[in-house]
Amino acid sequence: MKGMPQLSPTRADAGRHARKPAAGNPVDARILLGTLLTCLPFLAAASDALTTPAIAPPAAAAPADDGQWTMPAKNYASTRFSELSEINEGNVKNLQVAFTFSTGVNKGQEAAPLVVANTMYIVTPFPNVVYALDLSRPGAPMKWKYEPNPEPAAQGVACCDVVTRGAAFADGRIFFNTLDGHTIALDANTGQPIWNAHIGNINIGETITMAPLVVKGKVLVGNSGGEMGVRGWVKALDAGDGHVVWTAYGTGPDRDVLIGPDFKPHYDMDKGRDLGVTTWPPEAWKIGGGNMWGWISYDPDLDLIFHGTGNPGPWNPDLRPGDNKWTSGIFARDPDTGAAKWFYQWSPHDLHDYDGINEQVLLDMNWQGKARKVLVRPERNGYLYILDRTTGEVLSAKPFGPVNSSKGVDLKTGRLIENPDKKTGTGKVVRDICPTASGLKDWQPSAFSPKTGLLYIPHNNLCMDEEGVEVNYIAGTPYVGMNVRMIPGPGGNRGAFTAWDIAAEKPAWSLKENFPVWSGAVVTAGDVVFYGTMEGWFKAVSARTGDLLWQFKTSSGIIGQPITYRGPDGHQYVAILSGVGGWAGAIVSGDLDPRDATAALGFVNAMKDLKNATTAGGTLYVFRLPG
Amino acid sequence: MCSGCPDELDFTARLARTALRRLAIGVAALAFVLSPALAHARELRVCADPNNMPFSNAAGQGFENRIAQIVASDLGAKLIYTWWAQRRGFVRNTLKAGLCDLVPGTPANLEMLRTTTPYYRSSYVFVTRKDSPDVSSFNDPRLRDLRIGVQLIGDDGANSPPVQALGRRGIVGHLVGYPVYGDYSAPNPPARIVEAVARGEIDLAVVWGPLAGYFAARQAAPLRITPVAPRIDGPQLPMIYDISMGVRRDDDALRADVNGALSRHKVEIDALLAQYGVPRLDPPGTLAP
Repeated sequence: MKGMPQLSPTRADAGRHARKPAAGNPVDARILLGTLLTCLPFLAAASDALTTPAIAPPAAAAPADDGQWTMPAKNYASTRFSELSEINEGNVKNLQVAFTFSTGVNKGQEAAPLVVANTMYIVTPFPNVVYALDLSRPGAPMKWKYEPNPEPAAQGVACCDVVTRGAAFADGRIFFNTLDGHTIALDANTGQPIWNAHIGNINIGETITMAPLVVKGKVLVGNSGGEMGVRGWVKALDAGDGHVVWTAYGTGPDRDVLIGPDFKPHYDMDKGRDLGVTTWPPEAWKIGGGNMWGWISYDPDLDLIFHGTGNPGPWNPDLRPGDNKWTSGIFARDPDTGAAKWFYQWSPHDLHDYDGINEQVLLDMNWQGKARKVLVRPERNGYLYILDRTTGEVLSAKPFGPVNSSKGVDLKTGRLIENPDKKTGTGKVVRDICPTASGLKDWQPSAFSPKTGLLYIPHNNLCMDEEGVEVNYIAGTPYVGMNVRMIPGPGGNRGAFTAWDIAAEKPAWSLKENFPVWSGAVVTAGDVVFYGTMEGWFKAVSARTGDLLWQFKTSSGIIGQPITYRGPDGHQYVAILSGVGGWAGAIVSGDLDPRDATAALGFVNAMKDLKNATTAGGTLYVFRLPG
Repeated sequence: MCSGCPDELDFTARLARTALRRLAIGVAALAFVLSPALAHARELRVCADPNNMPFSNAAGQGFENRIAQIVASDLGAKLIYTWWAQRRGFVRNTLKAGLCDLVPGTPANLEMLRTTTPYYRSSYVFVTRKDSPDVSSFNDPRLRDLRIGVQLIGDDGANSPPVQALGRRGIVGHLVGYPVYGDYSAPNPPARIVEAVARGEIDLAVVWGPLAGYFAARQAAPLRITPVAPRIDGPQLPMIYDISMGVRRDDDALRADVNGALSRHKVEIDALLAQYGVPRLDPPGTLAP
């Protein structure tokens, strides 16, 4: 659900150097890293005291750090880890503001800035303006801006604020999406549009809020709008001219889902012909959701992309008996053809709007004595999954916070074990369901450090009551809706920032936050983790202990994705967009009435006091050490 | 024009209207100096969907347009529209954002605003072809074998009451969903479900009364509409609703004015509703307390 609607960014001077991604230093670094990785298990076996854990991203998906930030997840493995270490646990307390920049849009800022060569790129929420800032000059003045002028009506279609989650840079171009369903390629140097592909239709409730990912000359994009009966899809657009190379739907017959002879799911529940049709009542799949508005990762060695699928919609669960394939799950696909290789369903027959679109961090690790290529995923339903990314087999699924809507995952069948006491239904009142529809963790991406072996997870701690009947209407048609009220979870804190020890399958430490932690995270080789709070604090904590090392109060609540980069002066910088909003912060950015407890799909009830803590904003903050 | 790109037109129209309104304020201020009588011209600012017959459209052809005009005339006010698709956030983006002061056609007791005395009561109805089974109850055993069209609300956790009534009975095998949102680039998107019955794509549909009554009368095939039974399903699932107009929660003055106008023109309004084929469950001529 709420996947409700909402995009992308970058690059500039690098074009001058005409550098191909695969050329030069990165190759050497990969070989070096590869060698290192190959040796790691032996090193670990040789010495228990080894501080470097035998768990790291595959080198091909996380090449040596060049100090740039060209995609929101930093790299194809989605580690959001920077090898920069000038800023460290000892000196981070001295950070100071280097420059700021107002985006001019006071809506939820969920995007990650990008840095390519000497230019920073920012994409704003609707109306999705793209700015290029010249980092080589004092105060980072604007180089160019591009205004796509999306259709204003898109704002009324977007479910959860008018956010975008960022842009992506490749081959001298900035690729980004607009709320009204366009993917646009800009010349990174000049800001001139190269192509503009209209792929989503707001007239049927379709919007685009995700950041694209560029893989092998293809721009990967998915749609939002499942709650309005929009059928989900992922498209690959040719990076050269924007034409659609393939489309993979989230529901329907195998040919639409791009399921063919290569499809080999691990579990029996995902095997069979046209399950995207047969696991639904007749035709319900046609408007069944399964949208894709979150994150995609890519493993160049296996040549597979990995992406989740959103929850089934818009029918309530009673009306769609069956597993409702291929919603609330994850696909591995061939990036050239879109052909599915495997699928796993986090939440078969989803009951609580647990969209399955979170990030997947690609890691190689020793699992129970065997080297495994894994995919780590903190999922909306509350479990920290470790999957074998070659097969889709679940190796581990442990709750990383309070979960009572299910009782675990059966590793034999792969199936989520539902808790019948928390099952909602027509005319039923069910209290204290954890987590909420927004999940133990929503879209806000985690970060992984190979130095600590810890995954740093920004997340929510919310439960919900689903009750009663409240009259509402749409286009003249009255109805009674499910009354969802979100409430703080156990402990009373509505958010948490948890460092999860992947190998040990348990938390290393966890920090309580008053509001949901709706920002992303970044971790560095300086052993510092950065994240933001909805009050507006931008925080640096120790990657090892979680100790608070530094914090700075920005002008508005933070729900964006921090990044770090090496500036033209050779020094390390940290950047974050401040500006509260999103589903959690809609009470402020949408100026909702705090008395309307079920507004923003029940989120307002849990966020009544946010208006007292912050106001709307839209400002870039960039920090550095003095000197 | 609405079949082209209503959202864009809508927006352009809105901009133009805003500009006009500002101009009007300027002119009014000038008029105040010149002629005090003109300065008292009242405006009734109404928000409505520009593409949603039989309720409203940008040409003013809906029954809510007509009733709004009756109210405006009674109050001696000039009727001014802000057009906005009635989707999620409609009330927040229009009435609560101060773009207008009145929203016609809201269910009584809608929590997010304050509603007037209701001016009609209608029901969900079965829409069937004259040559197909005359179903009138959710308990009709034939429903299990028929292709049933239902309206889909498209809000998480919310389904239309008939969908829930059918779901409770396990009648889920042959449901065809028609999103109320529909495709907004086509005229009157919620009407598709009635057209599907007429074309035989489905055996019957369960549709909100005013929508069904108006479009059923405009199909090539003869259609029949029958209010559903039971009227309240289970302990708390109503199929019938009282319909009011909505003002902001604290706007008691306008609510009182509108109540007065609705009461004074009850006979005209009843005649209008009949003309548009609105199935009524309240006896016309009475005003619910």
